[in-house]
Amino acid sequence: MKQPLGTIAHTRSGDKGDTSNIGVIAFQPRHYPIILREVTPARVKEFFGDLVKGGIERFELPNLGAINLLLHEALGGGGTVSLRIDAQGKTYGAALLRMEVEVD
Amino acid sequence: MIRIANGQGFWGDWLEAPVRLVDQGPIDFLVLDYLAEVTMSILQKQKQEDPALGYARDFPPLIGRLAGKLKEHNIKVVANAGGVNPTACARAVLKAAPGLKVAVVHGDDVFNRVDEFLGKGYEMRDMDTGQPISTIRKQILSANAYIGAFPLAEALDTGADVVIAGRSTDTALTLGPMVHRFKWGADDWNKLASGTIAGHIIECGAQCSGGNCQVDWQNIPNMADVGYPIVEADPDGSFTVTKHAGSGGRVHSDTVKEQLLYELGDPRHYITPDCIADFTTVQLADTGPDRVSVRGIRGGPRPPTLKLSISYTDGWKAIGTLVYSWPQAVEKARAADRIVRERLAGLGLCFDEIHTELFGLNACNGPAAPPNPDPPEIQLRIGVRGQDRKALDRFTRELIPLVLNGPPGATGFGDGRPPVREIVAYWSTLIPREEIQTRVEVIS
Repeated sequence: MKQPLGTIAHTRSGDKGDTSNIGVIAFQPRHYPIILREVTPARVKEFFGDLVKGGIERFELPNLGAINLLLHEALGGGGTVSLRIDAQGKTYGAALLRMEVEVD
Repeated sequence: MIRIANGQGFWGDWLEAPVRLVDQGPIDFLVLDYLAEVTMSILQKQKQEDPALGYARDFPPLIGRLAGKLKEHNIKVVANAGGVNPTACARAVLKAAPGLKVAVVHGDDVFNRVDEFLGKGYEMRDMDTGQPISTIRKQILSANAYIGAFPLAEALDTGADVVIAGRSTDTALTLGPMVHRFKWGADDWNKLASGTIAGHIIECGAQCSGGNCQVDWQNIPNMADVGYPIVEADPDGSFTVTKHAGSGGRVHSDTVKEQLLYELGDPRHYITPDCIADFTTVQLADTGPDRVSVRGIRGGPRPPTLKLSISYTDGWKAIGTLVYSWPQAVEKARAADRIVRERLAGLGLCFDEIHTELFGLNACNGPAAPPNPDPPEIQLRIGVRGQDRKALDRFTRELIPLVLNGPPGATGFGDGRPPVREIVAYWSTLIPREEIQTRVEVIS
């Protein structure tokens, strides 16, 4: 069954230069394998489209039931250079909650 | 056990937070994080205009306001409020609170050593782009090494009431008091990693105690009086994150997890001047109302290099806005954007970038935003940046005329022409740590 990611996880996002990071945290331990299977770099890249110019890295934190996504070249140059309203990617985590995931 | 509280997540954070932390219950150390990358360049500019400035000016009056209670409860303050002029900051603190003993950490400011480093053959290549620093040498505004917890602990060892540093890392402000009180060694990697992660959890103030929390945010109590975070640290490295009883907000494993993930890179290699912390070893448990226990943290040896944060000027930018109302607000805003771009091109103006966002449609999230086909109003937001100040000035004249000579229904021009701002960009590079020698000075 397809559901928005926000039904099984919460997120927080921020910046380091022109890279945005999104932490995706499972609400329940049983949701963590779903996140690992569904929230892949390729899917995240497709979801954000041309907002993210560079590649996407994913790190796993099984101890927290969480993954950390790094979205490179995602902030229009980042920090003070960027002309974007969300130059720090503060809202990217919330945006990702809309991504549809297949929940068993 | 010692209690370390964070009362300021950045310069501009809630002024009342440190006062409430001192008033609402017991703490041993009050740590205040004032510095972001952008702050260093602002402070450097202020110091160039007035040699007595260049530090976080909120800090001395705050210490003046708190001085009596700091003494009464024996609370020590550790802050990176010194910016690029910690000595001037210390003098201002002593003026505001004459009875306190103040210690200053020197050595992070390498603004006057860039040519010395170049002479030694350090190219100081940017960690992201790989470019050598010679490409921006003349544009440098500030240069600081990130320093760790040990100089802060040394300053506390002098018996100082207030420790003022320049560009110490955010996490070192919390780790420093632990190193001081628990006498941790420079190779106690697991303990240093624990204190570092404690610092990461509380360095953004209330962002771990209910602020910016997605989980059940509507029901987090009394955010008007949100409690700022406190770490109760034990000598073995384990600690509990909490806040004062009766304050608002929430400390829960959900709020702590969100903050653990904030601005994180590779979780196994969180690199600081003191150690490399492994976030995949963190074990959390909710042990009571507003209490989260943290244990199990492991870390590895500190790197042989320190990171330099260098700010430099990189041209100018301006962002202009106009509001278009229903009907066809999106189409009108897009038409206006095309007109502005045509006019700028017709004037022969050159920019490094022109960036348009439709605020109310998808400005924050672009293609990831939910569909909103017929919004009642849209703010057109056009930003430009470039090296030619005159071209930027001319751009700022091109939006308001559209109210009369563009698509119908434009408003929201009441603030007039947008300001042109100088862009301060950042350069991160590494330097052998032996080049940076810190020194503690007690000022009275």
